[in-house]
Amino acid sequence: MSRHVVASIEEIPPGSRKIVTVNGREIGIFRIGDDFHGLINRCPHQGAPLCRGEIVSRLVAPSPGDYRLTRSGEMLRCPWHCWEFDIRTGQSLCDPNSVQARAFDVAVEPGKTLVEGPFVAEQVQVTVEERYVVVTV
Amino acid sequence: MNRPASDHLTGAIDCDIHPALPATRVLLPHFDPYWREHVLRRGLERENFEPSSYPANAPINGRPDWHLPSGPPGSSLPALQAHLLDRLRPAHAICNVVHGAQVMLSEDLSAAFCRAINNWIKAEWLDRDPRLRASIVVPPHSAELAVEEIERLAPDPRFVQVLLLAMTEVPLGRRQNWPIYKAASQHGLPIGIHAGSSFRHPPSALGWPSYYLEDYVSQAQGFQAALNSLVSEGVFVKFPDLKVVLIESGVTWLPASLWRLDKTWRGVRAEVPWLEEQPTETVRRHVRLTLQPFDAPPTEQQLHTLLEQLGSDRMLLFSSDYPHWHFDGDEALPSGLSAELIRKICVENPLETYPRLKETS
Ligand code: FES
Repeated sequence: MSRHVVASIEEIPPGSRKIVTVNGREIGIFRIGDDFHGLINRCPHQGAPLCRGEIVSRLVAPSPGDYRLTRSGEMLRCPWHCWEFDIRTGQSLCDPNSVQARAFDVAVEPGKTLVEGPFVAEQVQVTVEERYVVVTV
Repeated sequence: MNRPASDHLTGAIDCDIHPALPATRVLLPHFDPYWREHVLRRGLERENFEPSSYPANAPINGRPDWHLPSGPPGSSLPALQAHLLDRLRPAHAICNVVHGAQVMLSEDLSAAFCRAINNWIKAEWLDRDPRLRASIVVPPHSAELAVEEIERLAPDPRFVQVLLLAMTEVPLGRRQNWPIYKAASQHGLPIGIHAGSSFRHPPSALGWPSYYLEDYVSQAQGFQAALNSLVSEGVFVKFPDLKVVLIESGVTWLPASLWRLDKTWRGVRAEVPWLEEQPTETVRRHVRLTLQPFDAPPTEQQLHTLLEQLGSDRMLLFSSDYPHWHFDGDEALPSGLSAELIRKICVENPLETYPRLKETS
């Protein structure tokens, strides 16, 4: 397992995403508030570029007609067949236990720590003052 | 028929038999005075309100050895006793009257006829043979009047179900029908959905068919649409105790239809957010199907594949569909079923589906 510096936190404002390539693999980095999450950019259904899908809410209704908008900005809708995935876990809504997009550990580290290593920072210029998004693959 | 009946159906519950009115006139004593006069003034007692789906001379509508010296097949209680009740010895048989009353355009006349039919079934059949049970016939195009009729008869535990048709004026899941489901659910009455149409719409989505062959086969499409509607509109989420029995729907269309429903639900789930689980799971819990006429595949092996695809041994309910002609002799069950499954189909599943059978047996 290796840890890769993929972005400064400024690059990914809350509610947005950045798709990065680590070891030849595309990973979507999503920011929900101050939490960062990583998902493989490949839908477990038929391989669509999942992380390019729309970021949506979870629509629920405990009873028909009783509509509630929950978890705004925490779901990802696949651009191909519209299956929905939980950005935090990669689990699908339709079959959470067997249809899952691979999730990666994402952390925020201060530049100061990063300079000390051992991190791979191919794509990002690290400075001591900034804070960075680090993904473990 | 002198050979002794086999006993594999003894104690079974026959979930679909069809007593028929010998003639409309027999209903006269069962109308209230207002509607009796209405019927007489219009001469309606001389009409035959048999739905055209059951042409009197079509062989399928009456097994040859169940024909009567006079009157339509199914119109005699002693004959029913001799042909079915005393011979196969089921514990109970559920009477489903399918009649033009259910498709009349006037909601009030429809309700009056339904009341008369229910009174007739009670007096002429239920009161005369303790093995019989019945479905409440209601005017399906008026939820209000249908609920009144359910409330009127619910105190009598021999009424075990509410009867609707698969293809009426609006898809069955629509909210305007919900009062019916609410009343049924409160009284422990499943909703029986019988093959049939009020013919306000063509039975096929493509238009009016030319032949019975098309009409009969399209019934499965009608059931499919009715079931989709009930599931999608969230009827089973709203009424978690409700059971629906598809009567004479056939069975083979169901697995493919469910696969399609599950598959499509995955992508459009957000539109029907009350459907939290795969529709198939909901259907397995809430929906039952009567056996005859069974569109069984040709070989036992294929039959087993079908049962496996249904994914539940709790969904099928034994029915003879008396007096319609779907089997000969006493062979009301397809061959190749295990003893355990037969017991489920004939006894356990019906008892689970119709809680009122336990109240009275
Ligand atoms: S590829 Fe993502 S839902 Fe089909």
